[in-house]
Amino acid sequence: MLAYVLRKLAYGGLTVLGVLLLIFVIFFAMARPDDVARRALGEKAQGAQIEKWKAKHGYDKPLWPTLAKPGGSLLQAHYVSLLSFEFGNSDLNDSPIGTTIRDGMGASLALTIPMFLSGLVLGLVLALFVAFFRETYIDTMGVFLCVLGMSVSILIYIIGSQFVFAKMLRWFPISGFDTDVIADGNWNLLLRFLALPVTVGVLSSFGGDTRFYRTVFVEEVNRDYVRTARAKGAGEMRVMLRHVLRNAMIPILTRVVVAIPFLFTGSLLLEAFFGIPGLGSITVDAIAGNDFSVLRVMVYIFALLFILAQIATDISYTLVDPRVRLE
Amino acid sequence: MESWMVSNLVVAVLLVGGAWIAVAVSRHDIWRAAVQQVWKRRPGAVLVVCVYVLLALLDSVAWRGNVDTGSDVVAQHEAVTLLERLFGDAQEKSYSAPLADIEFYDHSPLKHPGSHLFGTDILGGDVFLMTLKGARVALLIGGLTSLIAIPLALLFGIPAGYFGKRIDDVVFFIMSTLASIPTLLLLISITVALGRSTLVVCFALAVTSWVGFCRIARGETMKLREMDYVHAARLMGASETTIILRHILPNLMHLVVITFVLMFSGLVLSEAVLAWLGIGVNGSWGLMIAKAKDELSRDPAVWWNVGGAGVGLFGLLLAVNFLGDAVRDALDPRTRKES
Repeated sequence: MLAYVLRKLAYGGLTVLGVLLLIFVIFFAMARPDDVARRALGEKAQGAQIEKWKAKHGYDKPLWPTLAKPGGSLLQAHYVSLLSFEFGNSDLNDSPIGTTIRDGMGASLALTIPMFLSGLVLGLVLALFVAFFRETYIDTMGVFLCVLGMSVSILIYIIGSQFVFAKMLRWFPISGFDTDVIADGNWNLLLRFLALPVTVGVLSSFGGDTRFYRTVFVEEVNRDYVRTARAKGAGEMRVMLRHVLRNAMIPILTRVVVAIPFLFTGSLLLEAFFGIPGLGSITVDAIAGNDFSVLRVMVYIFALLFILAQIATDISYTLVDPRVRLE
Repeated sequence: MESWMVSNLVVAVLLVGGAWIAVAVSRHDIWRAAVQQVWKRRPGAVLVVCVYVLLALLDSVAWRGNVDTGSDVVAQHEAVTLLERLFGDAQEKSYSAPLADIEFYDHSPLKHPGSHLFGTDILGGDVFLMTLKGARVALLIGGLTSLIAIPLALLFGIPAGYFGKRIDDVVFFIMSTLASIPTLLLLISITVALGRSTLVVCFALAVTSWVGFCRIARGETMKLREMDYVHAARLMGASETTIILRHILPNLMHLVVITFVLMFSGLVLSEAVLAWLGIGVNGSWGLMIAKAKDELSRDPAVWWNVGGAGVGLFGLLLAVNFLGDAVRDALDPRTRKES
């Protein structure tokens, strides 16, 4: 077990190094520091101005290390700063990136955790329901509704719901967030702000998820052990909940655990539209302002979370399925 | 060469290519049966997709002249597409509601009263025409991206599955590195770093979407490598290249078709998100929706822009999603047995 975990961690570490290289290629080699400086200073910037800007933000080094001079390249600085979590200051407004991200984490989680949990429970329950009535009118309708839901852009979901429920019916505030909820204890206000974005988030992903869970369940229902359970006299309800649900856990776990880091980015649009000051909003601001220093830290952090989640998935397989051996 | 000439040329190539594929499909029993099965199961979806493709083609054929642009000197030198010519002149001054006779804000009479099915936008352009023109952009995004992503996936996936060992390790490492970065962030990073153009958006979409198919191609090649007919071919002295090109690649074609159809809706949806972030493709439905946020907050709200784009997008994706299921069931031997 320990050897397995260690090997997974080692491969994860290697992947992190690969991700860092990819980030470097995108943000330093594809968009060269001179271009970045020109974008920040405007098209008319002079050579001296660009040099000054590059020196100020630490871009005044050679891109790649050479044999003659292996140290002091941007590549090295990039690896060192991200691996040691010393993110430095934003190119745009000199605010420390680490603090910005720490501040945004809470708001992001306040949106995504309820969204994730309610989406998961709702998706599983509906998929079980539809799979229970498989190959009937209800099943066909259910799948049809799922495909219908999958075909609508999240932009339409957000804009439409804001227009109908916030602007026309005035059930919810259009956007906003209560950052000091721990201090003032006004949970009702926070709830009012979060209700609509959480609903929209669940709605937008629910079609694809439910259809996927249904496929998994229906595949399991046709297996031999289910027939055995029925022959033994187990009721349909018991078959679905005790036998099918448990055996369907592996594909479901894969999808669920891997989706956890995406919670942060999945809510990029939701945060921006509903004015929630989380990581998604920070990312959107960084895109609008061409702030590569923040953007590359975001990419790095999410990749890191994803790799950790994947290792967690691999380990959790062994918990739900004793047949999976740690090879 | 100007862009409208290139576009005409592409249409010609596509028509010839389409005819060639149709002939090739009709000669093979398996493919013909698959096409018939898809048609029998989802005739509606097939027809809708055909309509979208037709619109896209009509909007890709363009030439100059022979159109009354009045005193507009600039417009006289612009190429006008076949779709626009069929549609005729529909220019107004500003917003007007669907099928209205007067303008929305200053209530002056329209030049073409009652003829704008989806109304007009802020510059007086007909929203229905814009919606129809969005079909070309959506198909361009899906098609061009697949044209980059699928060969890339085959180029990496087949050798990885066929030769294994070192090559497999390297490809697998590249795949897991790319897959570790959340799609949307990678997409944004590449488009922001490279600048904003149609080709860049398609390239970025391809980079983020080829990994999934590469994994499938790799797995399938591993399976095919151990097939009896591949062993037989090797015993008869066929070279590795011959085996890959003649015995492995043709047997991956059904997966290529399935992937193309299943990937398509995701690509178009991703472009919509990019459009809202300001890095979309000109003229796309995503961009029309992205602009709608401000229009809906006008008073009274201008809703037909987002409505038109939403309907166009929804119609295409719904048809493609239904088609995707039918195509998979018809071509994938695993699901074919069950149905």
